[in-house]
Amino acid sequence: MDFATALQILDSTVRLATPLLLACLAGLFSERAGIFDIGLEGKMLASAFFSAAVAAVTGSVWLGLGAGIAASLVMAAIHGAASISFRGNQLISGVAINFLAAGLTVVIAQTWFSQGGRTPSLIGAARFEPITLPLAETLHPVPILGPIYHELISGHTLPVYLAFALVPLSWWVLNRTRFGLRLRAVGENPEALDTAGVSVAATRYAAVAICGVLCGIAGAYLATALQAGFVKDMTAGRGFIALAALIFAKWRPWQAMGATLLFGFLQAIALRYQNIDLGGVVLPVQVMDALPYVLTVVILAGFVGRAIPPRAGGAPYMKER
Amino acid sequence: MRDAMPKWADLVLIPLVSLVLAFALSALVILAIGEDPVAAVRMMVSGALGSTYAWGYTLYYATNFIFTGLAVAVAFQARLFNIGGEGQAMLGGLGVALICLSLPWPHWALALPAAALGAALFGAAWAAIPAWLQATRGSHVVITTIMFNFIAAAVLNYLLVNVMRPIGAMDPATAKFPPGTHLPSLHDLLAPFGIAFSRAAPANITFLIAIAACVLVWLVLWRTRLGYEIRAYGHSEPAAIYAGIRPVRIVMAAMLISGALAGLMAVNNVMGEAERLVLNAVEGAGFIGIAVALMGRSHPFGVFLAALLFGFLYQGGAELALWTDIPREMIVVIQALVILFTGALDNMVRMPLERLFLALRRGRA
Amino acid sequence: MAGAAGGQRVPAIELRGISKAFGPVQANRDISLTVMPGTIHGIVGENGAGKSTLMSILYGFYKADAGEIRIAGRPTQIPDSQAAIRAGIGMVFQHFKLVEPFTVLENVILGVEDGRLLRPSLARAQGALKRLAEDYELHVDPDARIEDLGVGMKQRVEILKALYRQADILILDEPTGVLTPAEADHLFRILENLRSQGKTIILITHKLREIMAITDTVSVMRRGQMVATVATAQTSPGELAELMVGRKVLLHLDKKPAAPGRNVLEVENLRVTDIDGVERLRGVSLTVRAGEILGIAGVAGNGQSQLLGVLGGTLRASGTVRIEGQAIDLGARNAGQARRAAGIAHVPEDRQREGLVMEFLAWENMIFGYHHDPACQRNRALMDNVAIRAMTAERMERFDVRPPDPDLQARSFSGGNQQKIVLAREIERNPALLIVGQPTRGVDIGAIEFIHQRLIALRDAGAAILLVSVELDEILSLSDRIAVMFDGRIMGERRPEETDEKDLGLMMAGVRGKAA
Repeated sequence: MDFATALQILDSTVRLATPLLLACLAGLFSERAGIFDIGLEGKMLASAFFSAAVAAVTGSVWLGLGAGIAASLVMAAIHGAASISFRGNQLISGVAINFLAAGLTVVIAQTWFSQGGRTPSLIGAARFEPITLPLAETLHPVPILGPIYHELISGHTLPVYLAFALVPLSWWVLNRTRFGLRLRAVGENPEALDTAGVSVAATRYAAVAICGVLCGIAGAYLATALQAGFVKDMTAGRGFIALAALIFAKWRPWQAMGATLLFGFLQAIALRYQNIDLGGVVLPVQVMDALPYVLTVVILAGFVGRAIPPRAGGAPYMKER
Repeated sequence: MRDAMPKWADLVLIPLVSLVLAFALSALVILAIGEDPVAAVRMMVSGALGSTYAWGYTLYYATNFIFTGLAVAVAFQARLFNIGGEGQAMLGGLGVALICLSLPWPHWALALPAAALGAALFGAAWAAIPAWLQATRGSHVVITTIMFNFIAAAVLNYLLVNVMRPIGAMDPATAKFPPGTHLPSLHDLLAPFGIAFSRAAPANITFLIAIAACVLVWLVLWRTRLGYEIRAYGHSEPAAIYAGIRPVRIVMAAMLISGALAGLMAVNNVMGEAERLVLNAVEGAGFIGIAVALMGRSHPFGVFLAALLFGFLYQGGAELALWTDIPREMIVVIQALVILFTGALDNMVRMPLERLFLALRRGRA
Repeated sequence: MAGAAGGQRVPAIELRGISKAFGPVQANRDISLTVMPGTIHGIVGENGAGKSTLMSILYGFYKADAGEIRIAGRPTQIPDSQAAIRAGIGMVFQHFKLVEPFTVLENVILGVEDGRLLRPSLARAQGALKRLAEDYELHVDPDARIEDLGVGMKQRVEILKALYRQADILILDEPTGVLTPAEADHLFRILENLRSQGKTIILITHKLREIMAITDTVSVMRRGQMVATVATAQTSPGELAELMVGRKVLLHLDKKPAAPGRNVLEVENLRVTDIDGVERLRGVSLTVRAGEILGIAGVAGNGQSQLLGVLGGTLRASGTVRIEGQAIDLGARNAGQARRAAGIAHVPEDRQREGLVMEFLAWENMIFGYHHDPACQRNRALMDNVAIRAMTAERMERFDVRPPDPDLQARSFSGGNQQKIVLAREIERNPALLIVGQPTRGVDIGAIEFIHQRLIALRDAGAAILLVSVELDEILSLSDRIAVMFDGRIMGERRPEETDEKDLGLMMAGVRGKAA
């Protein structure tokens, strides 16, 4: 493999890791607050459709992004109501959200656009355009570093930079602010927060809302930056890979970036090499498809270090009697 | 302390109210996309129940959902959430296909038990790894079964494209099964009794097997020591350990039974209907099992009724998609709403009803 | 701040007509209470009398259905804990409300941070904690993680939390339940210190000794109602006990002297290490003979639960355990079935968590753990539910379980009746050895007598009984021999007639007992 190919794969890794990273950070805020969320997929999907639909109709990617975030927030609100106010089963609620998004997006897409559950293809200002960073062209001729800066670091769309900027920001919010302290407390022991006079429900709703916004950005990125429009089930399991990355990262922002880059890299490889010839043994494309999931199971099996979730995770908060 | 509600309210009223809410919202969605919900329901009723042909499809789908619903229900009894019914049913299909294609079966009565065994074994095998990881490593079975659904899809894709596809065939599917594996349809079964039933509908003898499975699951859960231990473990793990019940054994048993039931679905759709294995043969029935089990309160009888309901919705939804602009995915929306209301928003329905019953009782006292 | 204003002293707390129901259960009924500033006021009552509910209302954790709260003379609404904190109320719950992976400092500032950023809050709290530590003997390392602290330290953190929030009224709910006598004494010194600085303290407990030792006034609650408030100096433990239960308590249990026979249980050098690597049993050896009750006294958390767990088959251990001379396999996982086969019956410490499946019906619970018995089977495949129901109905009659209905869920029975179901199940097997943990925890007085009599009867029938209890009264009145556990070891052994609470208390605190 030559340098240029490697760069292309890494560049593709960054683009493919972005939605995973955004969804992973979304899940991180939710789960650190004690709300398990297997509905990341559904929220992303809802956002992908509504962002593409609104961007297609208005021609503005920004309005699309807003619509996507709003749609994701509605899904987050349902999950919040079920998990927080009505103390329901968070896993079941997540499953319902995934199906709700899978069904509604196609039903509405069909009604609005009559294109077999797609939106029209997005062009021009209806998509996020790549941003060329300063001096990218100038530095291009510099050996090694020039191409790295030009190909790998420069030339991505805005959500990519946003996603990676969110990593230190998330760390800072969680560990250095009052909100972060309360959010972590509610995920470990909500009673401690309640008796300290802070609303458990409000803190958890805030976390779920952040999760909704980040999933919204992730979905909008899928439909308006990575691809040009919505197609049925376009999230294709990314919400679940993000969830696995979250577990791999042990619910920590920097590790989340590492995990999502790894999974993004796997996807990039699968995308580029249909069949990989390993000295006579040919790995079929299906192995590449399944690899992230197999790896996830291996990670979940705990052979790569034990992942301990937030202690109050998954349990609705009820004042003891 | 007395329970706030009579038992019948808990078992019948709450699911019913949840269902009404889910349907009401679905009706709103249909209204919102510019269609008439009343006309839609009328079309669904005639399309799903209006003829023996319609019934044949409704019961065919219901058969699928009984198996996947029982699968989810058995796991639920052990407080395990098996979302992997989809993948387990896919693998069950592989088991059926391998058995049906391996021998020139002379008669369906021989092929059926063998194929059912294959389906159950393959389904159980696909549940075995998540079960083992949950039991011994504590890896959450929800996440691992989701992953195994994706892995199953990749495995089937590979086998159908590269291995089992007959030479020269274009579509990724196995060859047609030998005629000796053809299962009698409801038409064939009812004809001796002088009852006319549509010849074209896919409902077949597997429906009776599904009913038998309901009875068997009920017997296992409420009349055997294994069922007793599964339910005890599901209610309280510390209590189960106190009683000397081995969690590893229960998790494995519940998940293997669950996987086997999901796999058995393939007897209906692969052997009974398609008579060959195609890509995506399960068509989401594994996921509908979640709604069916929730709706049926994880009880075999409830699962049976809920499966009939979803069979009706599925067939009715297909008719809608055929004759109106309401897409087939509407059924996914309804399914999501049923899961949401009967599963996650249970308390939203329960709390006001409990208050109502309490007020009624006070009024009487 | 309350009493300092003028000549007329205004009560720090005044409750009028407080009522609270949880569904069909009336937890508090028309409760009135007055507490003067700068005093320690005790509230006693049995489990379930409504003490904790009342205090949770005062702390804004629950909302009262009716009634009025006055703090320092002013009518005060306390809809949530924030309002309680603003009104100067702090609460130390029985189960600590601390975030385990957080540091002491982080726990202290949680909810009362100075601004959006943590750094200034942490700095200020550091200084404040130093002052509080000096003022009240409340020394804790501010940077220690809660999960690394012992219970006594955690309780100090809870008190510090309240004081950091400038509480004038401090409520402590069963504060000594998990403390050794020495730790409890330290706590009382702290409380006296706080009182002398003008703080008002409410102490909830069911231990009359503590009430007599430290309070100025005391209120008694029974079944959700306040039945009396008296000055501590003018009452006696006997009078308080009578007020608590509503009738004369049977103080002494009639029992014949034990006639111990052969050794049934022999334990040698038992060791258990938990998943965190902490050694919970450090070489326990003991013997229980047929026809005697060995009582294990000790503060909760000193290895008693692990001892029961090993004998009951839920924990693995090293060492030797012999039942009737037969060694049992201590390395097997989930050995509950094997232990039952060996003749050990187990009444667990927490009947709702372990002893019963709360959702199961009474008859399903009556065979729990014995469901493999031939008597429960109809044939090789199916269980004989009819026979099990009949057997359950008959046992419920004999053990006076009310209501005697085998088809009721375990959760619908009262604590005492739940315990009778467990006891009927375990005793009716005629075990060689019965191990019992906290047999009367959360059980009403009437059922306590019944349960004690049954245990004595089983002893007289020749069974060996190992009794674990944190209630010294129970240990003293039931046991034929008493062993005290501390920090995973047996500190010493006594005969009940040659010891008293003080002697046992010293051993429970880790002071090595004199050889008797």
